[in-house]
Amino acid sequence: MSTVQLAPPATRRRFTIPGLRGTGVVGHVSAAVIALAVLIAAFGESLAPYDPDGTNLSLSFVGPLSDHYLGFDSQGRDLLSRLLTGARSSLLGPAIVVILSILVGTALAIATAWRGGTFDNVVSSGLDVLFAFPAIVLAIMASVVWGAGQTSATIALAVAYTPYIARILRGAALRERAREYVAALEVQGLRASAICVRHIARNLLPLIAAQGAILFGYAIVDLAAISFIGLGVQPPQADWGVMVANGQSGVLQGYPMESLSAGLCIVVVVVAVNLLGERLTDRADEVAR
Amino acid sequence: MSSGTNELLSVQGLAVDLPLAAGLRTVLHDVSFTIGAGEALGLVGESGSGKSMTARAVARLLPPGAVQSGAIHFDGRDVNTLKGPALRGFRGQVAMIFQDPRAHINPVRTIGDFMTEALRTNRRMKRSLAQSAAISMLDEVGISDGALRLRQHPHELSGGLLQRVMIATSLLTEPRLLLADEPTTALDVTTQAEVMAILDELRRDRNMAMLFITHDLELASAVCDRTAVMYAGQIVEQRQSSLLHDDPLHPYTAGLVAARPSIDGSTARLNAIPGRPLSAFEAPAGCAFSDRCAYAESRCTEARPAIRPMFDGLVRCVRAEDLRGELGVTVHG
Amino acid sequence: MLKFLVRRAVMLILTLFVSSFAIYSAIYVAPGNPIATLTGGRTPSPEAIAVLEERYHLNDPFFVRYFHWLGNAFTGDLGVSIPLRQNVSTLISQRVGTTIQLVLYAAVIIVIVGIGLGVLGGLKRGFVDGIVIVITTIGAAVPSFVAAILLLSLFAVKLGWLPALGGGDGVFDQIKHLTLPAIALAFSAVALVARVTRTSVREELRREHVQTATSRGIPMSLIIRRHVLRNAAIPITTVVGITIASLFAASAIVERAFSLNGIGAYLIQAAASKDMAVVQGITLVIVTVFVVINTIVDVVYAVLDPRVSLGSRAR
Repeated sequence: MSTVQLAPPATRRRFTIPGLRGTGVVGHVSAAVIALAVLIAAFGESLAPYDPDGTNLSLSFVGPLSDHYLGFDSQGRDLLSRLLTGARSSLLGPAIVVILSILVGTALAIATAWRGGTFDNVVSSGLDVLFAFPAIVLAIMASVVWGAGQTSATIALAVAYTPYIARILRGAALRERAREYVAALEVQGLRASAICVRHIARNLLPLIAAQGAILFGYAIVDLAAISFIGLGVQPPQADWGVMVANGQSGVLQGYPMESLSAGLCIVVVVVAVNLLGERLTDRADEVAR
Repeated sequence: MSSGTNELLSVQGLAVDLPLAAGLRTVLHDVSFTIGAGEALGLVGESGSGKSMTARAVARLLPPGAVQSGAIHFDGRDVNTLKGPALRGFRGQVAMIFQDPRAHINPVRTIGDFMTEALRTNRRMKRSLAQSAAISMLDEVGISDGALRLRQHPHELSGGLLQRVMIATSLLTEPRLLLADEPTTALDVTTQAEVMAILDELRRDRNMAMLFITHDLELASAVCDRTAVMYAGQIVEQRQSSLLHDDPLHPYTAGLVAARPSIDGSTARLNAIPGRPLSAFEAPAGCAFSDRCAYAESRCTEARPAIRPMFDGLVRCVRAEDLRGELGVTVHG
Repeated sequence: MLKFLVRRAVMLILTLFVSSFAIYSAIYVAPGNPIATLTGGRTPSPEAIAVLEERYHLNDPFFVRYFHWLGNAFTGDLGVSIPLRQNVSTLISQRVGTTIQLVLYAAVIIVIVGIGLGVLGGLKRGFVDGIVIVITTIGAAVPSFVAAILLLSLFAVKLGWLPALGGGDGVFDQIKHLTLPAIALAFSAVALVARVTRTSVREELRREHVQTATSRGIPMSLIIRRHVLRNAAIPITTVVGITIASLFAASAIVERAFSLNGIGAYLIQAAASKDMAVVQGITLVIVTVFVVINTIVDVVYAVLDPRVSLGSRAR
């Protein structure tokens, strides 16, 4: 068994941001794209050159002009301004979904892994039942119960993603729980909650970051889809999913600019998020080994 | 080396570079040996010494991207130039027994599929014929309920049974050369001896040649006519197996002999060689063993020593003549 | 094997039972006044209200109504749509054909293109693999409704090759009408399946037992078929199965984008118009299909992989 010893890699230090260490060029470029999108989400409203809601029906579907780079939508609103403004709801909603599902999912995962027994069985079975509900179906049910809107869509998606994140993290937490250092800490008399939060949760962070990125990509797509079918963000508010839907009549008349530009925004951000998620997953796998 | 007519396998000046993270690295360097028909050659060394890679090079199983030089001839034919059907025909005459049968047998197919695959594909043998051949071969390796075993999956068999299946399978195609890569290392100590005995007996019965790879010098001596000792991708000594233990010529061989607890002695005599085994590309400029060798002199670190014929064998040590006899004394002292 | 199947069946029934309860109770607590819906805003007489309450079992306790609904669901009766005064089952059966056709069409595309791309990327290195990686990276990020817009504007409007909206009449016309929706529905799933396939093929190619087969002189084409693809089929089947199960829900968005008259688009419409019985009915159908297909995937997994001990739950 000639296991060839790997020589230490060339120690040329490369520029890297602490949270992104080990994610490579692709990870850094993806993070830069995401950072740009976040900046637009934060300041897009003030960056918008025109009023995103200012309609002018005489400009309906007028193509790109010298100072209206993307032209106008069906109601003569400046498209670029709407895309910039719409970044906020298109990204903030998914971010909240991810934060909620990760908080609840991680807590459930560590609690079930730690307690085991009946508690684990009951919670895990409950989560298994939730698995039977596709995210879109949950969102539609939520729109019936709480009315259509971004709040019910966000809650529905957070609920739909929680069993997914809980299942993945529970496996990792069980492996972590079985490690010697946890037994050592228990013998030292450290409280369970302290071990769970300070040690187990902390050691799961690389995996949590990776899963967070992956879920963020799903959440952007799913929330936009819910807005697209009219059960999420409500028009006339600018939102990428709403804009794809709103532009559909234009597509059929040969003016696809609104739908395509909003769709492209979604695709670009999701590609970046997915690539970063992949790199973070690879890194988490390496850390776990 | 002479190229006598009864040579089955001849390896001359084999060198292999592997693509690793840090670039191409040498893992084999100037490896030469021959195996006659029906002869067994032991290849002994620590992990990373290149012994498995040597067998892989012979079987044309180097990983993609590996750079190989040197000549390998099997039955007078150049192995390196074989392609397509000719390569597959060659592989039909050379069988490899791997260290870990569990990884080396497809877990989702039955034992029967595994055993008869080569016969049915390459020899176009009928399923029923191939199966009865497999059953009788299983009987020879001490598995009497062969018909049942053929229907089972690998996970239903123990490691020892699985390795017997692997041995039986490799004998089924009646190869002329066996490449046995640590065939008993992954097994329980209790089954090791049994499996080894079966392999040894069946090989002798059929007069097959064997390249036997192990880290166990004693085992190689017991099974093989000649033994070659590898260190850092080179053969450092090659002799009659019976001579190697009592009269080692290379300090490394002596170290290997000493590192093994002898049956009569106490554990106090267990001498480990200082330092850790090196791969070829990590070895120092002169003699690869010089930085761990108790007998190293300045000339040892200056140039890489060539392998020289000496006392009915070959040795790669500039001080071999001076040290003869001394090594054995030190080891047992 | 039998024990395993029984166990899976029991789990399936339990999951469906709890899900049905969740569906019924969630919609039950939703705001809304069925009497007002029934009477269209007019103020009915107390007698009329009593008749309506009697007919639609509005005054029964919650659990009575739930078990009544569930019991009827077993016989294929999903209740009555109060706004439309029609059987929910009838309403669903009029539309479910479109959804099934769309999902099957998309499933065929996913299996052929997804597995094909993945095997190609897994077996070939370098340029071909690079193309597969780029296609799947981008493809995975294209939501079905964005794919729908792209396809519409390119193939329906610009090139005029295929019809834009609606279902069509006759087999050939239906296939034409469903082609763009099926591609849109399959789009990101193709990328997902291709990625999993590519990775599995790569992993299997590296396995030691593939080396064994090579060392025995088995031709490469046979090694790929008998060992690499056979073993990779286990994870591929799982991801394809789970993906197809999720298509029934995802088709709602595509049906909406292409104005198709399937149960998904109808579910959205019913949710918007607060037609509770229809929402409950279609949700129950989608969840049932999803759970049943996932159970089948588990069983197929166990059949394909002899290592799975049939007594325990998969994974």
